[in-house]
Amino acid sequence: MKHGMKDGVKGGAGARGPVWAGTVWAGSVWAVALAAILCAALFLSIRLGAAELSTREIMEALRGAGSETGRFIVLDLRLPRALMGLLVGGGLAVSGATFQALLRNPLAEPYILGISGGAASGALLVLALGWMAETSWLLPLAAFSGAALAIFLVFGVALSADWRMDVRVLLLSGVVVGAFFTAGIALILALADAPTMRSALLWMMGSLSGSSWSSVSVVAGYTLPLAAALFALSRSLNLMSIGEETAAYLGTDVETVKRLAYGAASFIAAAGVAFAGVIGFVGLIVPHALRLMVGSDNRLLLPLSFLAGAGFLTVADLVARTALAPSEIPIGVVTAFLGVPMFLLLLRRSIRP
Amino acid sequence: MIFEARELVVRYRRNASAALDGVSLRVPSGCLYAILGPNGSGKSTLMRALLGTLPLESGSAALDGRTVNAWTRAEIARAVGVVPQIESVAFPISVREMVGMGRYPHLRPLGREGVSDRLKVQEALRECDVESLVDRDVSTLSGGEAQRVRIARALAQAPRALILDEPTASLDVRHEMEILRLLRRWADSGITVVLITHRLNAASRFADRLLLLSRGRVAAEGTPNEVLREDILESVYEWELDVRTDPVTGSLAVTAR
Repeated sequence: MKHGMKDGVKGGAGARGPVWAGTVWAGSVWAVALAAILCAALFLSIRLGAAELSTREIMEALRGAGSETGRFIVLDLRLPRALMGLLVGGGLAVSGATFQALLRNPLAEPYILGISGGAASGALLVLALGWMAETSWLLPLAAFSGAALAIFLVFGVALSADWRMDVRVLLLSGVVVGAFFTAGIALILALADAPTMRSALLWMMGSLSGSSWSSVSVVAGYTLPLAAALFALSRSLNLMSIGEETAAYLGTDVETVKRLAYGAASFIAAAGVAFAGVIGFVGLIVPHALRLMVGSDNRLLLPLSFLAGAGFLTVADLVARTALAPSEIPIGVVTAFLGVPMFLLLLRRSIRP
Repeated sequence: MIFEARELVVRYRRNASAALDGVSLRVPSGCLYAILGPNGSGKSTLMRALLGTLPLESGSAALDGRTVNAWTRAEIARAVGVVPQIESVAFPISVREMVGMGRYPHLRPLGREGVSDRLKVQEALRECDVESLVDRDVSTLSGGEAQRVRIARALAQAPRALILDEPTASLDVRHEMEILRLLRRWADSGITVVLITHRLNAASRFADRLLLLSRGRVAAEGTPNEVLREDILESVYEWELDVRTDPVTGSLAVTAR
């Protein structure tokens, strides 16, 4: 009974959760702690920025009172942006944890199957053709369409003649489809002029700056129900990680679970990437960090990933817009700069107890 | 629990020779039934066909008289515990979690394990002598320990039948005998046990009936005395064999010349 994959980034064979890992009690403690961190992050990201607000000003604005500027900053700028960070971060982490279980591969993350490439191709096409002025919905729509194209393409390839889905083929075709889109991106960039190229590169590194209530509600409409569906699949995902055949013998309808998990995890990532661009590392690092702390039970791991991913991206966005103000750092840079050292520290600790 | 199969034909690739070629069998309730045969004779394929995890080209398989495709996977999992031959774990999980998965088919959707589930897990851990390993990562276990953990998981399913694919392949003498005795006891208590094995002598000693497969066909079926005959075994295994009654166990023993 060896590990299916080489240990990669998951921290060696000894990296298992503590003895109490997987208990309901431990889960609730973690959930409360992560929810508290998330609330603090949300509060700070509403409070801090170019114009610093007091707690009273924030409360007034939330009630619809106070100065018009205060209401505008809180309700129209910072709150939707913070909520977008919450949804996209939480969604990416749940999506990443799901892909890791589904593909039985610790290196899996939301973009591994070509979603980011598809989304970026769609977005860059709109940017390069200079259609941005037409409507603000065109860019996310194009990105989402590109992502959806990649999702269906990869799914179509991985579906064999007898309608079974082979996850090894899924992984391989996803990576190859991703490479194809990357070539498309390179072509668009090569032909684009300098300003377009700059906005394209910035888009690809991710940003929450365009968040509005309408974009937040679209992302919420995708992320929340699909994440709930994945939580409901978590028991089956546990079984999938000990092998498809065994999962079937323990009561899982393997083909259905694979399709649902692939579809839900993919469209969560697609909705996020459409409005926030390609934000790396959240979907890879958050589930692994949690796995090192609470163990591999997806019933615990998926909900906690949502909370942790949400908190992490909210903090990352706060740093992105305040650290070098008035310039904004691409959020993908912040997630990598914050996430990688944090994760390496955890990894180090887990292999030398 | 009764397993039945009629004229099973399974082909892995369209033009390949059939992995199972007209296999029929009936395993009565509470029977310890051993499936024997050389490498590649179709033993594991037969297991998958009986459990409905493999598309059949023709023929039919039934559990308790109902065709296997009419059962949901969860219904089968509540009735039949399976110990597959190979399993690979993608992420670190503890022995406790692994055996606890045997309770999954009995949990409500979104439900968690209750006290009775924990007790069943505890009992299974004890019966298979893996209680001391509960907090170990399954990937750090020896082959034999892992084997016993998988048997414990199947037992935790509280099944009416068990199918085990080479369960004693990597066990030492003591653990092999313990597991075989357990299987015998479970069969005597009414659980149907299907044992896929290469160990002719163990099958001869512990099983009620034997099915000998050869190239996807049934070469012989019946009690150990009916199946373990030199002429039959030599033609199936293509090796000179000697069959005589073992003075210690009193059952037939096969020795390769």
